[in-house]
Amino acid sequence: MTGSTIVVVSFLYLALLFAVAYVGDKRADAGRSIIANPTIYALSLAVYCTTWTYYGSVGRAASSGLGFAPIFLGPTLVVALWWFVMLKMVRIGKTNRITSIADFVASRYGKSHLLGGLVTVIAVLGVIPYIALQLKAVSNSFTILTSYPAIVMPAKAGTVPWLADTTLYIALIMAAFTILFGTRHLDATERHEGMVAAVAFESLVKLLIFMGVGIYVTFGIFDGFGDLFSRAAQDPNLQALMTMGAGGNGYGNWFALTLLSMLAVMFLPRQFQVAVVENVNENHLRRAIWLFPLYLLLINIFVLPIALGGLMHFAGQDVDADTFVLTLPMAYGHGWLALLVFIGGLSAATGMVIVETIALSTMVCNDLVMPLLLRYRWLALQGEEDLSGLLLGIRRSAIIFILLLGYLYFRLAGEAHALVSIGLISFAAVAQFAPAMIGGMYWRGATRSGALAGLSGGFAVWLYTLLLPSFAKSGWLPADFLQNGLFGLELLRPHELFGLKGMDQIAHSLFWSLLVNLGAYVWVSLMRRPNAVEAGQATLFVDVFKQSLPTGGAFWRGSARVADLLPLIGRFIGRERARSAFAEYARTRGVAGVEALQADAGLVHFAETTLAGAIGSASARVMVASVVQEEPLGLDEVLNILDEASQVRAYSKRLEQKSQELEAATRELRSANERLKELDRLKDDFMSSVTHELRTPLTSIRAFSEMLLEDPRIDLADRRRFLGIIVSETERLTRLVNQVLDMAKIESGHAEWDNEEVSLVEVIEQAAASTSQLFKDKGVALEMSLPGKAPSLLADRDRLVQVMLNLLSNAVKFVVRGKGRVLVTLSEADGGLRVDVRDNGPGLTPTEQQIVFEKFRQGGNTMTDKPQGTGLGLPISRQIVEHYGGRLWVDSVAGEGATFSFLMPCGKSTETKDEAG
Amino acid sequence: MTKKILIADDEQNIVISLEFLMKREGFTVCIANDGQEALDLVRSELPDLVLLDVMMPRKNGYEVCQEIRAEPALQGTRILMLTAKGRETEVTKGLAMGADAYMTKPFSTRELVSKVKSLLEIPA
Repeated sequence: MTGSTIVVVSFLYLALLFAVAYVGDKRADAGRSIIANPTIYALSLAVYCTTWTYYGSVGRAASSGLGFAPIFLGPTLVVALWWFVMLKMVRIGKTNRITSIADFVASRYGKSHLLGGLVTVIAVLGVIPYIALQLKAVSNSFTILTSYPAIVMPAKAGTVPWLADTTLYIALIMAAFTILFGTRHLDATERHEGMVAAVAFESLVKLLIFMGVGIYVTFGIFDGFGDLFSRAAQDPNLQALMTMGAGGNGYGNWFALTLLSMLAVMFLPRQFQVAVVENVNENHLRRAIWLFPLYLLLINIFVLPIALGGLMHFAGQDVDADTFVLTLPMAYGHGWLALLVFIGGLSAATGMVIVETIALSTMVCNDLVMPLLLRYRWLALQGEEDLSGLLLGIRRSAIIFILLLGYLYFRLAGEAHALVSIGLISFAAVAQFAPAMIGGMYWRGATRSGALAGLSGGFAVWLYTLLLPSFAKSGWLPADFLQNGLFGLELLRPHELFGLKGMDQIAHSLFWSLLVNLGAYVWVSLMRRPNAVEAGQATLFVDVFKQSLPTGGAFWRGSARVADLLPLIGRFIGRERARSAFAEYARTRGVAGVEALQADAGLVHFAETTLAGAIGSASARVMVASVVQEEPLGLDEVLNILDEASQVRAYSKRLEQKSQELEAATRELRSANERLKELDRLKDDFMSSVTHELRTPLTSIRAFSEMLLEDPRIDLADRRRFLGIIVSETERLTRLVNQVLDMAKIESGHAEWDNEEVSLVEVIEQAAASTSQLFKDKGVALEMSLPGKAPSLLADRDRLVQVMLNLLSNAVKFVVRGKGRVLVTLSEADGGLRVDVRDNGPGLTPTEQQIVFEKFRQGGNTMTDKPQGTGLGLPISRQIVEHYGGRLWVDSVAGEGATFSFLMPCGKSTETKDEAG
Repeated sequence: MTKKILIADDEQNIVISLEFLMKREGFTVCIANDGQEALDLVRSELPDLVLLDVMMPRKNGYEVCQEIRAEPALQGTRILMLTAKGRETEVTKGLAMGADAYMTKPFSTRELVSKVKSLLEIPA
């Protein structure tokens, strides 16, 4: 395949990427963002998968089997925490207009230039091997593809002259492309919508192509997973690759790599860029939390099959496992598939390089070059000159510079390691950001000195144990310090520092660098209290989710003029944009226009954050300070502000609590009121019933009395009859009054209970004797089945007799004259004594069984016996039985008689309730 | 021609007193012990006036009143409601159901007689 074909296709693909980016930018300008979409966000996170994944995973799998997995296991694990950690990072980034990870660290520890610069240097030096890796991969795959159909491994880096090296030209093309993407204009928020769209697109391309190759190898060359794995299992060397401990990597190394990639996926500059800086909407994280791990899973499914397939096919030949993805299709004569694979790899490389260098160039510009330039007062003092061009120039130069550094590393050290190992060196470098970043988000006490000490310590260890050895191995540094240690001290061997053996060099370096880093960070931070600026920034970061967080403006005092601030911002982001930003701010503050704005602390803070979006927080701080008169705040004042804020917070919490209490009280009152109303209604009903029951006998009494009084001619028999009625109605009235009072006493708990040892047998016999006349009069048989001996109860004898009398007189009332039978039984039952009064009367329907226990309700058509019943007998009896913890109920089938029963608990049959309910 | 009066009440002793009272005034009397019986008797006996208790089994006085008023053939029937529930709302309800007059228990026999006579337009 000719080089020119590949170049043309590559440029066509890059043009397509650019078109995607262009549309993305245009749509963003028109306010119809295409990246305001959680899926695009999740796909853009997949910029994590570079050529390292694309080519290198297969290479690592070929040498260490499942050893490639931790790089993807780490992110999958850490993603579970994103809803807390990443959400906080995104929120902090938004509220503080953070433009890069260096800006984040600098801003957290008091907008420190030194810290921002250090993070930038670590990031640039750390990530350069990673960029070199991309260049190496693209250049190698290009070279291999040009020799198609023959499979020839590319010449060693550094053996071709500089100007004949394709890698150099690839680096330059990528630089040009990145400049086109990322620095066409200076965005106040440092967001690049077009770039994100293009990255999401390329993520899709590399995934589909890689899976395509995997499917081809698994199902085209082999006969599915089963065939492939069973064939590989026949080779003992290959079989070893399918187990956990392959390649001599112990679990310690596995753990180290997993931890490393957990940190990398959060703190690599490009990951920070897409995840935090480019985030449009915090809720997009929700989808990323499952979609991103899914992406990682998909792109890794075919890693092992391709590696095994390659090892089997190329056994004994000199083919680098890093190239299997490309060389397998070539070996089977699929030139077009190989070309597609090349495009996929190019895609992975450009995605990474573009985002990484844009992120790095922002850092270099904002946190390294600008602070240096600001030292020269001329920049701040020189009139109305528009500086946005200068900023763009710095960034563009930085992009070219970084890519050339990447190329240089490739020339110097690129052959010493496989793709994955180069990448791991970068991972180990960015892992150094973890203590300062995570500590900064959760620990108020961390200080600038602590962060500086931790970062420089960890970085130095990394430099000594990983970067320098990689140069030494390539022969660019004397290699003897690897064997003998620095100054001949064996303790200082870079790969066995202080005699620590048994880890691979990455795990070893990670262990020492993080130990030094974390130790210095904590120890130095604890040496002194945070000063005023640090305490203020700490609050803005740590308490970012608290609602009454003081705004950044709260920590500023001094005097300023809009006429100074507006031109200053204009110089960096352009006069028009500055003016419209201020106008927007005026509108949110409800002020007529820019001229009417008060140059208060809020405006100064707004100006500073706007400027921070362009030049980083530390530089913005210096620039704004140069045009306003500031009065420094002491630590006490800052603490006062924080204290006030926390008081306000506590106060509003208390208010909220109070209002909740009030609501609860209102609810209680309302339900109490409902209960009272219900009771009132019951009382009304009761009164109405009582009135009715009193008036009825009174009616007869009055009518007969009046007639007897007015009419002396009434004959004697009638007189006697009427007087008899008057007497019996008077008795009925008396009974009624007594029972109403009785009922009221029991219900209100004022009844007197004369408790004594009572034998139920005696009670029943007494009641039977009292009612014997009734039974005799009506010709009803009363039978009793009582045991000779029964436990006695502690109760009020008269009350129990009252209950029995009631049941007996009820029974006799309802049975048929002359044919009625009533049977009383006493038995020991579950937990007490049970009395049944059974009759052969008409029985009760289920409805009647309910209402006989209600007051003033009588069962059946009791016309004839009405004067005797008050409708209170059963309710009172039930109250009495329940007072002793027993129950009273009726069993009946209509037409077949009824059985009224009650159960009295015995044993400790004292009062179970002090007050009757 | 003597007027016929239906006494509808479930209290025996009240029925006895009313019966005695009405007979003494020279009316013909018939007796019902519950609401349904009362309604049947109104239809069959066509009394000139009903002394109607409110709280009765089977059908209460209001229902009886309502059904009488719903039948055109019974329009001439006078209804005097008697109740032991003396609340204002009950009086209103009874009148709304179509009763001609309303007395609460216990009543004065003299007043009852004069009310009955005035409803039947008999000079006292």
